[in-house]
Amino acid sequence: MTRVRTFARQIWQVASIPLLAIVLAFIVAAVVIVVSSVFTSSGFEPLLPLAAYGSLLAGAFGSGTGIANTLVAAAPLILGGLAVGLGFKAGLFNIGVAGQFLVGAFGAAVVGARLADAPAAVAVPLAMVAGALGGAAFGFIPGFLKARTGAHEVVTTIMLNNAAVLLLTWAVNDLVRAPGFSFPRTGEIGNSALPVLLGRNLHLGIPLAVLTVFVVRWLLERTTIGFEIRTVGQNPNAARYAGMRPIFIIALTMTLSGLLAGVAGAIQMLGVIGFYAPGITASVGFDSIAVALLGRSNPIGILFAAILFGAFRAGAPLMQIETSVPIEVIDIIQALVILFLAADLIVRRVFRIRAPKVELTELKTVTQSWGGAASGTPPP
Amino acid sequence: MEWLGTFLRLIWELAVYLVTVLPDMLPIILFLATPLALGALCGVIGERSGVVNIGIEGIMLTAAFFGYLTGFALHNAIGSGPSLALGIVVSVFVGALLGLVHAWLTVSVRADQIIAGTMMNIAAFGVTGYLNRLIITPSGLGGAGVITPFHLPDGVANLPLVGPILVMFFDQGPIAMSVLFIVIALQIALFRTKWGLRTRAVGEHPKAADTVGIDVYRQRYQNVIFGCALAGLAGAFLTLESTGSFQNGMTGGRGFIALAAMIFGRWTPIGAFGGALLFGTATALGVVINVRVPEGDLGTVLKSIPTFWYAALPYLMTIVILAGVVGRSTPPAADGVPYVKEGKS
Repeated sequence: MTRVRTFARQIWQVASIPLLAIVLAFIVAAVVIVVSSVFTSSGFEPLLPLAAYGSLLAGAFGSGTGIANTLVAAAPLILGGLAVGLGFKAGLFNIGVAGQFLVGAFGAAVVGARLADAPAAVAVPLAMVAGALGGAAFGFIPGFLKARTGAHEVVTTIMLNNAAVLLLTWAVNDLVRAPGFSFPRTGEIGNSALPVLLGRNLHLGIPLAVLTVFVVRWLLERTTIGFEIRTVGQNPNAARYAGMRPIFIIALTMTLSGLLAGVAGAIQMLGVIGFYAPGITASVGFDSIAVALLGRSNPIGILFAAILFGAFRAGAPLMQIETSVPIEVIDIIQALVILFLAADLIVRRVFRIRAPKVELTELKTVTQSWGGAASGTPPP
Repeated sequence: MEWLGTFLRLIWELAVYLVTVLPDMLPIILFLATPLALGALCGVIGERSGVVNIGIEGIMLTAAFFGYLTGFALHNAIGSGPSLALGIVVSVFVGALLGLVHAWLTVSVRADQIIAGTMMNIAAFGVTGYLNRLIITPSGLGGAGVITPFHLPDGVANLPLVGPILVMFFDQGPIAMSVLFIVIALQIALFRTKWGLRTRAVGEHPKAADTVGIDVYRQRYQNVIFGCALAGLAGAFLTLESTGSFQNGMTGGRGFIALAAMIFGRWTPIGAFGGALLFGTATALGVVINVRVPEGDLGTVLKSIPTFWYAALPYLMTIVILAGVVGRSTPPAADGVPYVKEGKS
């Protein structure tokens, strides 16, 4: 009994702030929905949030299809969340998941289309590897620049996101456009599509994403590299003093982070979208940040946070159709969750929770200023 | 050796081409640089006092939206001119209000500044997209249009040397025109006034500033709010002076390019303005090359570069500049570090 109690208390200590942050975010978003309902044609509707949240829930979990959609939406978020979370562990903020995701999706689409007629056992792994390598390469650039020159990864990755959209559009238009379609896109992926395991759309990428959670957990907690990543994140100077190479670790972490984001793009491409066309959504990028923060950079936490946000994305269309509350309310909720996590003081005040005895350090180590703390001075 | 000759000739032709189109490019450059410059000034003022703000993008976007919304809602009632003027006021006010939020989060709550800024960006995207879909799109109506730019008398442009410069700065709408004055005023304020001295003290060594009686928190609040008001003005420029419409995510990374301009300008107003002009030039080049195709081989070469590469140029340039310059320029010492007063925790 007491062991169960202690265990429950431990869980509560870790999960209470994230859970209450979600509750608070939903309350504040409800206020936004009610206030903004005044400006619509239907007029002031005090009960609109309940209806909206009801159909959000129904859309996400109300049926077999709903649950399947939630899991399909969660899979890239798990990988994207791991990508951001891994960066956090090393004190890096990878906002570039959106761009790395696109490059990964593009790589998988191009190689997948090329191997459309090859046996699936060859085509699927190769297309996945192409996506992973594309993402890794796109993560390596800001990692290398941060490590060598101190260019802040937040700005460089966002610039790379914008550049990726433009350059991939150009690539689809001029380099790999498939003939026979009225708009620029890549060819059919044929046998490279991820096999559907269950139902209509539960593809192989979902178990793969869950497996990756445990791989990343193992990497962080059981390997030397993982130890070095965490040490660099907490104190780069101490890490250097202890003989580690923060510069190498920073470049490596960003590359691995990009690789995870690239895999996210690849499974989305090979499991859901099927072809690359300009304008495919990359909302996974910013969702991943919220997922990583909500999961406190802990792989298991990220798994649950990703399922939650997957549910939001899966349920939101039904909400917009049934209650005409715009889908963008999900972004608002997300921002609020991040707000309440970044400023957990607010949550503590509202719900009167004392500060935990064991200080949670994940968020403290994220970042300081332009290329200062984490990179240190480049070597002479 | 023939290719070398061709290459040198092309470089020479490019230089000649740039000199000939420059007078026509100048007004476009300032036009494109205006939101970047105002955003960069927001960064300078905040970071000189020790607060990093990567939420400039979101603040610009939100201010752009509410400025547009004001014109959209009022132009039938009070006429387009007054509603546009009111829209600018609303934009600046919204910017300042978001500055207050950012200051509260970073100074009082001591939240991670980068995450607070990211939150601002996501929230801005969500709130503006939400309200856009809820209010503006279903109405099917347009906004209040754009502020009519000021035109210099025809003779001015033909003056040698000064003519194009005058046109660049004064053949513009009021916001673009005011940028130069704001830059000069801030440059003087930051390095020649009590406010500037206090700002720099708080940003370099808050503890020392506190010891001599400067209220660190108050100074940071003031600077962040004032800076974000400028970012709000940048937002007003986008919807009320430049495009006359609002699209989701229309800032398109300008808030981040502004940060690169700030770093490029080594945290000084004039330097940041220079950085913004540089990015404006990069963007304008892509436009001009397609409108006035140079003759001969140079034209063939430049036209063979896909337009998407020109569009990506400012972003790629930001990366190169950050990588090349940031290592050698020093941010304010206490930039991004929350200050904890002694005896408080």
